[in-house]
Amino acid sequence: MGRKILLDKANIPGIKTYEVYRENGGYKSVEKALTMQPDDITEEVKTSGLRGRGGAGFPVGMKWSFIDKKSGKPRHLVCNADESEPGTFKDRYLMEYIPHLLIEGMITSSYALGCNLSYIYIRGEYMWVFKILEKAIKEAYANGWLGKNIKGSGYDLDLYVHVGAGAYICGEETALIESLEGKRGNPRIKPPFPAISGLWANPTVVNNVESISAVPWIVMNGGAEYAKIGLERSTGTKLISASGHIKNPGVFEIEMGITVEEFINSDEYCGGMIDDRPLKALVPGGSSVPILPAHLIYKTAAGTDRLMTYESLSDGGFATGSMLGSGGFIVYNDTTCIVRNTWNFSRFYHHESCGQCTPCREGTGWLEKILWRIENGQGREEDIELLWNIQSKIEGNTICPLGDAASWPVAAAIRHFREEFEYHVRFPEKIKDRNHFVAEPFSKVQHLVSKQSV
Amino acid sequence: MEISNIKQEINITEALMTRINELISHYPADKKKSALIPVLHEVQDAHDNWLSVELQQKVAEILDILPIEVYEVVTFYTMFNTKPIAKYMFEFCRTSCCATRGVEDLMEYACSKLGVKEGEITSDGMFQVVGVECLGACGYAPMLQLGDFYHEKLSKESFDKLIEDCKAEKITLHDK
Repeated sequence: MGRKILLDKANIPGIKTYEVYRENGGYKSVEKALTMQPDDITEEVKTSGLRGRGGAGFPVGMKWSFIDKKSGKPRHLVCNADESEPGTFKDRYLMEYIPHLLIEGMITSSYALGCNLSYIYIRGEYMWVFKILEKAIKEAYANGWLGKNIKGSGYDLDLYVHVGAGAYICGEETALIESLEGKRGNPRIKPPFPAISGLWANPTVVNNVESISAVPWIVMNGGAEYAKIGLERSTGTKLISASGHIKNPGVFEIEMGITVEEFINSDEYCGGMIDDRPLKALVPGGSSVPILPAHLIYKTAAGTDRLMTYESLSDGGFATGSMLGSGGFIVYNDTTCIVRNTWNFSRFYHHESCGQCTPCREGTGWLEKILWRIENGQGREEDIELLWNIQSKIEGNTICPLGDAASWPVAAAIRHFREEFEYHVRFPEKIKDRNHFVAEPFSKVQHLVSKQSV
Repeated sequence: MEISNIKQEINITEALMTRINELISHYPADKKKSALIPVLHEVQDAHDNWLSVELQQKVAEILDILPIEVYEVVTFYTMFNTKPIAKYMFEFCRTSCCATRGVEDLMEYACSKLGVKEGEITSDGMFQVVGVECLGACGYAPMLQLGDFYHEKLSKESFDKLIEDCKAEKITLHDK
């Protein structure tokens, strides 16, 4: 069994309530933190090597150290609980089953940053989780962990939950801030970064739920202890939300460094493939990251074991690697149509583009439409080049990373599964049924593609 | 601006106003606008799950902002409805992980069972089948959202049961 530091208490009956959480050592990190210097907590988080768990993997302690403390403006910590990346459902699990852990982390982290007013921004669809958090926050206030002069320390903190209303883009931190200000979720041009000018133009840090939930353990045990867990620069544990064609989908806490092969096949985690069908592809870190074909899942291109770490999953760059991302781990078997799945992702990004930047607003629509016609047997041979061309013109040309996120899945699908696109264009009769690869997986018909010249 | 011909009765009850004021209190006194999205949820829930232009204007008044500031937000976020919806709107997640686990078949089943196309409302105003993007329930697919709650790991049988429960008024849409 791997070590658990986030979900170790999740199965204790009644852990959702303040009393049970407190009896099991809850809020001790706040007691300890209040006796420490705020900057010493930031140092511990730096030492821990904790990297942002929302997807980008930026070191949390370093992000904290950027916050402007000189201007004297009020500072804010905002927790990003707008979990919307397809394949990702880990933060929901934490908030639903052990809500006080996030609140404890918010208090400890807010103290470190010198914030007196902090927010948790949760996606609107998680409305029942919003209510769970509201209740837990009320309990924390009632027990003196929030409000004025917390536990006689002289430190004041107000914490509230703010609910969104269905917009993937609000997971981007500046769009999230706009939304928190009661506006449309249009990302801001950076700089200035939120650490200088964020919520209401005040210095602001935005961190993912899982990142903040790791802080209490780091404060209690020290950053150096945290850094001993995991492998090299991938320190600590990571929540992985696994879905797709696996026997045991769900949320798992892993020690970083186990192999991908173990994660997919061990009964402790995914439990292997449904009906023992062959593994065809993997999206290891949420829909935005490049899809990996079967031969690059268990081994890197260099032939070493592929591990569940930031470094190993990105080994080989985009040519032969991917990213750990948010830990949204989607497994596909041989009945999956890569063209249809890529179209599905493109539809998502088209729907979720905020419309601010032309390459993303128009380009995502083009990607969706062209993929749809290929998937429906109306594709042309030159469409594959056209797709490549469009995605390359979105990437890097937008204010926020949604444009990149829309481009990468298309590029990776063409890079690794080009023959499948060609098959759709050349054999329109064979792909009429949307479940075309269920009866006859692509591996059975692949030989047709190379025989037929254009 | 889209104008609905259907009149919406506006009723900001005392209980609703108390809740709105509680939400406003979560933000600094000069940042009332920040409460807009949480307030819109409460107001929509209390008004048959949609927001007419008149109702949006009422929200603008309450928050001391311009009607356009409300309208531009309502039209940006998918959870706000500018037209009346069915009493029970089944929002199926149709993104990759759910598609992989059979949501397309299930949505077709739902449509044929209820005799509607995607998006349409049944003639009695009771049901509607809608496809939406990722709801963050990828491991529990196929699934749908109904009001404030998720119904996960669905099958045709459990979906049938859900319809029966709706008809029997056993389903709560909002937790107030």
